[in-house]
Amino acid sequence: MGLIELAIGCIFVNNILLAQFLGNCPFLGTSNKMETAVGMAMAVVFVLVMAGVITWMVDHYLLKALDIEYLRTVSFILVIASLVQFVEMFLKKSIPALYAGLGIFLPLITTNCAVMGVCLINIKDEYTFIETLVSSFCYAIGFGLALILFAGLRERINIARVPQPLQDTSIGLITAGIISMSFFAFKGMV
Amino acid sequence: MAQSIAKEFTKGLWTEIAPFRIVLGLCPILAVTKTVENGIGMGLATTFVLVFSNFFVSLFRNVIPAKVRIPCFIVIIATFVTIVELLMQAYTYPLFLKLGIFIPLIVVNCIVLGRAEAFASKNSPISSIADGLGMGIGYTLSLMVLGALRESLGNGTITLTGTPIALFGPSFEPFTFMVEAPGAFVGLGLLLCIMNLIPKK
Repeated sequence: MGLIELAIGCIFVNNILLAQFLGNCPFLGTSNKMETAVGMAMAVVFVLVMAGVITWMVDHYLLKALDIEYLRTVSFILVIASLVQFVEMFLKKSIPALYAGLGIFLPLITTNCAVMGVCLINIKDEYTFIETLVSSFCYAIGFGLALILFAGLRERINIARVPQPLQDTSIGLITAGIISMSFFAFKGMV
Repeated sequence: MAQSIAKEFTKGLWTEIAPFRIVLGLCPILAVTKTVENGIGMGLATTFVLVFSNFFVSLFRNVIPAKVRIPCFIVIIATFVTIVELLMQAYTYPLFLKLGIFIPLIVVNCIVLGRAEAFASKNSPISSIADGLGMGIGYTLSLMVLGALRESLGNGTITLTGTPIALFGPSFEPFTFMVEAPGAFVGLGLLLCIMNLIPKK
């Protein structure tokens, strides 16, 4: 598969949030305001690319080389958790402006299943190193795209009069379903 | 004592039922509920991890330093996820294939870490087990209900153990929307709405 098809597939067709259902907790949690949605999206792009590349290397040069692939789950989550911690410390010291923007979202990313999920998909689909790089980046872009689209809609819903039992998460999920339906149109593109 | 343990157990079944009352652990509930069978399998796997991780977190709660508690909890959880992964691969291979990456993803299920942090790290091992079991069964029930809703409308069948059972007559037109991605979101949204209509008591 060509890299461009892979990229389009990862952003639209197999959108991580709306087609693969990964990362839904932050999707619903941080989409109430446009600002937080943009912050979360940027933090995910940042961490996901690094996590994808590092876990690929861990898998190929450590787990496969030593024949201990059953430790994949444990080692991946440790890599992600320590990476997030490290990125947080690094940003705080050297790029305070970026840290101010991403700061509070970074700890949340450890338990964002989109990050772990993409790392596992990369291994499961046996991507090469370059494909891993492209897919991680594009899945993250797809995540950001869906999150920001959804935040825009949600800001509008917040000022609408929603029936009481449907309020908040309930109407959020139904809106997400409708966005997901619109992403169906991309099926068959690749 | 026995009364308080029973309370910890039953709160997970209704008043604090995980995906509905506190909106956590949504990814698997949306992804694996195409059939009832998948839902039950996923629910039981999560219950197993919840019970054991809660027990061990609670057992070590006085040993683990507060500053590094999250990484320690994650290692404990990841260990049990690996165990459940290997067990399912050995004994329920078809289900293992269907659930795919969602089994290792139990590690990042917010419910498991949430219970470890909010409950097990503060309470005794016995009540932590009760809490984990209650939360796990509540989670399994939610997965079952959404699975049943989606499968019966989307396919016209209910799958409990391997073979699908047809519910409606031959003239039934499957409402395919429900088993596709949008149906998961809309189905869960409507279930949440129904839950909001019923008072917590």
